[in-house]
Amino acid sequence: MLEILKQSSNPEICRPLAEAVIEIALEFNRKFGRKPAFMEVCGSHTMSLARTGVKQVLKNEVNLISGPGCPVCVTDQRSIDAMIALAEGENRIICTFGDMMRVPGSAKTLLDSKIAGKDIRVLYSPVDAVRVAEENPDKEVIFLGVGFETTIPILTLMIGEAEKRMIGNFSIWMTTKLVEPVLRFLLDAGEVNLDGFLLPGHVSIVLGEESYQYLVDEYQISGVITGFETAELLSGIYKSIELALSGQAAISNNHPAIVSKTGNQVIHQWLDKYLTNCDEAWRGIGVIPNSGLDLKPEYDQFNAKKRFTVDVGEPRKTKCRCGEVIRGLIAPNECPLFGKACHPINPVGPCMVSAEGSCAAYYQYMRESF
Amino acid sequence: MEKYISLAHGDGGELSHRLIRDVFIEAFGDGNAAMFDAASVAISASKIAVTTDSFVIKPIFFPEGSIGKLAVAGTVNDLAVSGAKPVYLTCGFVIEEGFPIADLRRIVTDMANEARKTGVKIVAGDTKVVERGCADGVYINTTGIGVYEANIGCSLEFEEGDAIIVSGTIGDHGIAVLAARGELGITVPITSDCASLNRMLEMVLQHTEGVRIMRDPTRGGLATTLVEIAEDFNLTMKINELDLPVKKEVHGVCDLLGFDPLYIANEGKAIIVVAANEKDKVIDLLREFPEGKDAVVIGSIIGKDKGQLLLETPLGSKRLLTRLSGTMFPRIC
Repeated sequence: MLEILKQSSNPEICRPLAEAVIEIALEFNRKFGRKPAFMEVCGSHTMSLARTGVKQVLKNEVNLISGPGCPVCVTDQRSIDAMIALAEGENRIICTFGDMMRVPGSAKTLLDSKIAGKDIRVLYSPVDAVRVAEENPDKEVIFLGVGFETTIPILTLMIGEAEKRMIGNFSIWMTTKLVEPVLRFLLDAGEVNLDGFLLPGHVSIVLGEESYQYLVDEYQISGVITGFETAELLSGIYKSIELALSGQAAISNNHPAIVSKTGNQVIHQWLDKYLTNCDEAWRGIGVIPNSGLDLKPEYDQFNAKKRFTVDVGEPRKTKCRCGEVIRGLIAPNECPLFGKACHPINPVGPCMVSAEGSCAAYYQYMRESF
Repeated sequence: MEKYISLAHGDGGELSHRLIRDVFIEAFGDGNAAMFDAASVAISASKIAVTTDSFVIKPIFFPEGSIGKLAVAGTVNDLAVSGAKPVYLTCGFVIEEGFPIADLRRIVTDMANEARKTGVKIVAGDTKVVERGCADGVYINTTGIGVYEANIGCSLEFEEGDAIIVSGTIGDHGIAVLAARGELGITVPITSDCASLNRMLEMVLQHTEGVRIMRDPTRGGLATTLVEIAEDFNLTMKINELDLPVKKEVHGVCDLLGFDPLYIANEGKAIIVVAANEKDKVIDLLREFPEGKDAVVIGSIIGKDKGQLLLETPLGSKRLLTRLSGTMFPRIC
């Protein structure tokens, strides 16, 4: 297989590393009488930890809890319903990331609408949405702007491109989310006992190492910036346990080759130019003040929420416990629907269908029926 | 001749006649068969294999292949992995009004070339034209007939320890086609693996004993086909992640989009399950052919009771692989 992957998942490196993690976790257990517990903030981490087998190999010694890091999963149901309803309008082309297509709305999915004849396009390269608008001047092209700090810069690039090309029929339905407010919410709520966070390498490229200092200064909890390959995940967990054992909270950058102290300044300039903080509603949590970014009023022409109104009723109530999964309160298989009524073919909640959803990761990689 | 297909090309009149004569018979050769409503062909076997497949690929031309090459190779491979020697093909075309006849010629030429290469004859065909907008360019159906030779074939008698072999790198076709659509926004130097495998697989069957089953992992990828074998024959199969042959470009695109190469389509690969003591011989035979040069053992049968496919990760943990569930969509980040 691929050489790079072979290096990062070379058994001669990874297996001793896993043993070292188990060893230091046992030391933690001897000292504190329990397993160390860490939350992986990011959905890509959730997937990687499950896919590479790290979570399974460490399951007896380390408690790895999935956090609110899957952008589709944390989007509240009313907002999902609104995006699906948006596609019902005439003369529109809805462009979206693939993750959104099968997310269950209260009545149907975007995929159902596409099958019914609505023009809904999954883009591999999101900036293509601007090209779609240019090629279809008689249609309104709306991009569904779901995402965290990794995705938001791409949305601003799209606005920049539409602005430059003076495209009047392009807009974004912004429902973006920020990492810091939700981490603060979880820590303030104090529902989950954690010894630290595994912080996502790619988000950190944008934010920078120093942006997490509030975790240490205000909450006395550590965070380790961690990559996504097997050896990187293991070394991130090792470092997390080491910090927890030391009793000293700190932010550790385990991804220093690509994550700088202050993040990507060019991206920050873009964000500052086009966007402003806004309140956002989170699934299972409710509205968190200033937890998202919306377009500044001077860019209203690109703001789909200002240009289109959609009517959605009260979201359908289900027994789906995605909200608790997102907050790290229960593991996916503790939901009564998991693997029974809720399945990748027939998902009840977004966590089962998103490429980064905890339930999807658990279903795909961690069922132990053998 | 006209430049574009019109509805008149499908109405059975003069234009239909010209299209058959100047495009299809010109390429496929056997004009006599076109004089009758059915082709009469000779078969010398007590048992035949029949398979049919429809091809609806977009784009119709892609690096190292086309819908035409695929329509022959795909059906030939279905026969070949069944242990039959492909002898005859039929083809049915559904063509959208306005389709360029030059492109149709190119497709038909690809079919003729691939048929020649594989030793199969295209003996019957049909053409229908639908109004513009009612089809996407051209769709092709091919039906294949193969003959079984005495004492040659797959035993279907599995044993613990049997080796699972794949004849080359996985995911090439799916990624090449995705890239050829021009929607990725990146250039990917990957070509489709679309190829007929009958000569290579005939060689394996003729020179080895102990081949249990052969399958071609097309849609749904390697994992889906292996799950089908495991379930159909109630086998517990294990493959090793580190042994999976994946080109670095395919791995890169999959990593970027959140796809898994195990579930990406192939069009020129075979899975062969063979007795452990014959695996080296099979690998040596496969590697004599360009389409088998990267053949490797990827796993083995570890039990005959659970109908499961397991993947062993580099860390040594095992996880269950299931069929592809729904279309793979690119992820957000």
